[in-house]
Amino acid sequence: MTGSFRLSKSPVLVGALGVAVFLCVLEIAVETGMVMELVVPRPSDTFLAFPPVQEDMDLVGNFFVTLGMTAASTAIALSIGVPFGYFLYRNRRYGIAYEGWLAAAFAAPTVLLYPLFLVIFGRTYLTLIMMGFIPGAIPIVIQTRQGLLGVSQTLLNVGRSFNVSDREMFWKIQLPSAVPTIFTGIRIGVMYTLVNIVAIEYLIDFGGLGRIVSEMYFRFDTPGTYASIVAVILVSVFFYWGFGRIEKWLRPV
Amino acid sequence: MANILEISEVSKTYDLDSENPVQALDRVTLDVAQGEFVSVIGPSGCGKSTLFNIVGGLIGQYEGSVRIDGRPVDGAHRDVGVVFQEESTFPWRTTLDNVAFPLEVQGMAKPEREDKARKFVSLVGLDGFENHYPAQLSGGMKQRTAVARTLAYEPRIMLLDEPFGALDEQTRMLLGDKMLEIWAALNQTMLLITHNITEAVQLSDRVVVMSFRPGKIKEVISVDLPRPRSSEVISTPKFGEYVGRLWTLLREEASRGMVESEAELAGR
Ligand SMILES: Nc1ncnc2c1ncn2[C@@H]1O[C@H](COP(=O)(O)OP(=O)(O)OP(=O)(O)O)[C@@H](O)[C@H]1O
Ligand SMILES: [Mg+2]
Repeated sequence: MTGSFRLSKSPVLVGALGVAVFLCVLEIAVETGMVMELVVPRPSDTFLAFPPVQEDMDLVGNFFVTLGMTAASTAIALSIGVPFGYFLYRNRRYGIAYEGWLAAAFAAPTVLLYPLFLVIFGRTYLTLIMMGFIPGAIPIVIQTRQGLLGVSQTLLNVGRSFNVSDREMFWKIQLPSAVPTIFTGIRIGVMYTLVNIVAIEYLIDFGGLGRIVSEMYFRFDTPGTYASIVAVILVSVFFYWGFGRIEKWLRPV
Repeated sequence: MANILEISEVSKTYDLDSENPVQALDRVTLDVAQGEFVSVIGPSGCGKSTLFNIVGGLIGQYEGSVRIDGRPVDGAHRDVGVVFQEESTFPWRTTLDNVAFPLEVQGMAKPEREDKARKFVSLVGLDGFENHYPAQLSGGMKQRTAVARTLAYEPRIMLLDEPFGALDEQTRMLLGDKMLEIWAALNQTMLLITHNITEAVQLSDRVVVMSFRPGKIKEVISVDLPRPRSSEVISTPKFGEYVGRLWTLLREEASRGMVESEAELAGR
C-alpha cells in the first residue's frame, strides 16, 4: 500500500521502473529467441558495448559534438525564429499569408536537401548546423506567433492602462504569457534539429554520434549501434530537461 | 467642487462597417466631481464596460469627448486606473509582484516598490499571501489583487468594472466597507460598475442608471445618506427607499432587455 503511494508520488522513479521492466522483458524476449538478436541485441550486450565503442570511437567526445551542434542550431533557430514569429504576429497580413507555407515547410523532409548544403558549406560543421537550424526554426516561428496571438486582451489592456512602453509590453506581458506555447515549439524544434543533425552526420560520415552509428552499423556491430543510439537519446533527454528548467525559470507557474 | 471628469455626448458603435453594427453607447453625458464615488448600474450589455474603456483610453473611434481636468483625453491617461471585469492578474507573478507591476514599469527600485506594494496588499486584506501565485488564490482574492495593483498606480480616478461581481453577498459587503475605507483614506475619485443595487447605494454619492441598448443614461440618483457609511446602513429605512427606487427603474430596463433578446432569438 505504502509502496504504491510512494511510486505515484515520484514520476522519475515510476519512469525508471517502467524502462527497467521493459529492458528485462526485452532481455528475456531476445534470450528466448522471440526477437532476433541480429535486429535487437540484448540490453545487457548494449550496455556492455559502451566501453569498446568509447575506446574505439570516443563516444563521450562525440556525444558533446552532437550536443554542441544541436545547441548551436537551436540558438540560431531561437534568435531568428522568435523575432520572425513576433514579426508575423505584428503584421497580421504577413502572418496569415505565411501561416500555411510555414506549416507546409515544416512537413517537408528538409534533410533531403543535404547535397545542396554540401555544395554550399562543404563537409563541415556549418552544414550540420545549418541543416539542423531549418527544421528547428519553423515550429518556433509558428508557435511564437500562435502564443502571441493567444495573449489575453485583458492583460494587454492592463499594460496599456498603466502606460507601459512597447518594449515592456513585450518583455513583461506578451512574452511571459506566450512562454508555454513558445516552449512547445522549442521542444518540437530541438527534436527535429537533433534528428536532422544525426541523420546528416550519418549520411555524410562526418562528426558526432551519427557517424558512430553509421560506422557500427557497417561493422554489423548491433550492440555498438544501439549503444550509440542510446547516446543520441541522452542528447535529446538533456535538451528536454534543460528547456524544462529554462521554462520553469521564465515562468514559474 | 471642480469636475475632475467630464464625459459629454459620448456615443460608440462597434463594427460600424459590418452588416450589423452594434450601438453600445448613445450620447452619454456625465460629470464627476473630484473625490466623488459614483456607481453605474444597468442591464447586461448596456455598454458599461464600453464607457469605462473609453474613459480609460483603451477604445478609440467614438463620438463625443472625455475630459480630465478640462483637457481632452487621448489614449491611456496617467490619472486613470482601471480594474477590469475579467480576470486580469498576471498568472506568472506573485501577489506582491502583481501589485508592484505599475511601480516596476515606472522604474522604481525593487526594495522601494516592494515596500509600497506591501502596503497596498495589506490595504485589501491580503497579508500573508504576498508570495502566492494567482492560481493559489480564490476568485475574490485575485480581484483584490487586481484592485491593489491599480491602487498602487495611485491614479486620481479609479474605474472599477464589477470587481466583486463573482462574490457572495457577505464577502461583497465586507469588501464594500473596505473600498469605502480606502476611498476615504486615499481621497480618490471612484467610478464603480455593479449589478448589485445594495452595493451601489451602500457605496455611492450618486448612482447612474443606464438603459438597455443603445446604452443611455436613464437617470442619476443622488444618495443622501450620512458618511462615513458602513454596511450597517443597509438596515435603515432610507436605504430601503433608494433600493426600491433603483429596483423599479432597473426592472423596466431588465424586462425590456429580456423582451428584446427574446425577439432577437425568435427572429433568427
Ligand atoms: N469589442 C467589441 N466588438 C463588438 N461589439 C462589442 C465589443 N465589446 C462590446 N460589444 C457590444 O457592445 C455592447 C455593450 O457591451 P459592454 O461590454 O460595454 O456591456 P456591459 O454593460 O459592460 O455588460 P456586462 O454588464 O454584461 O458586463 C454589447 O451589446 C456587446 O455585444
Ligand atoms: Mg461589462
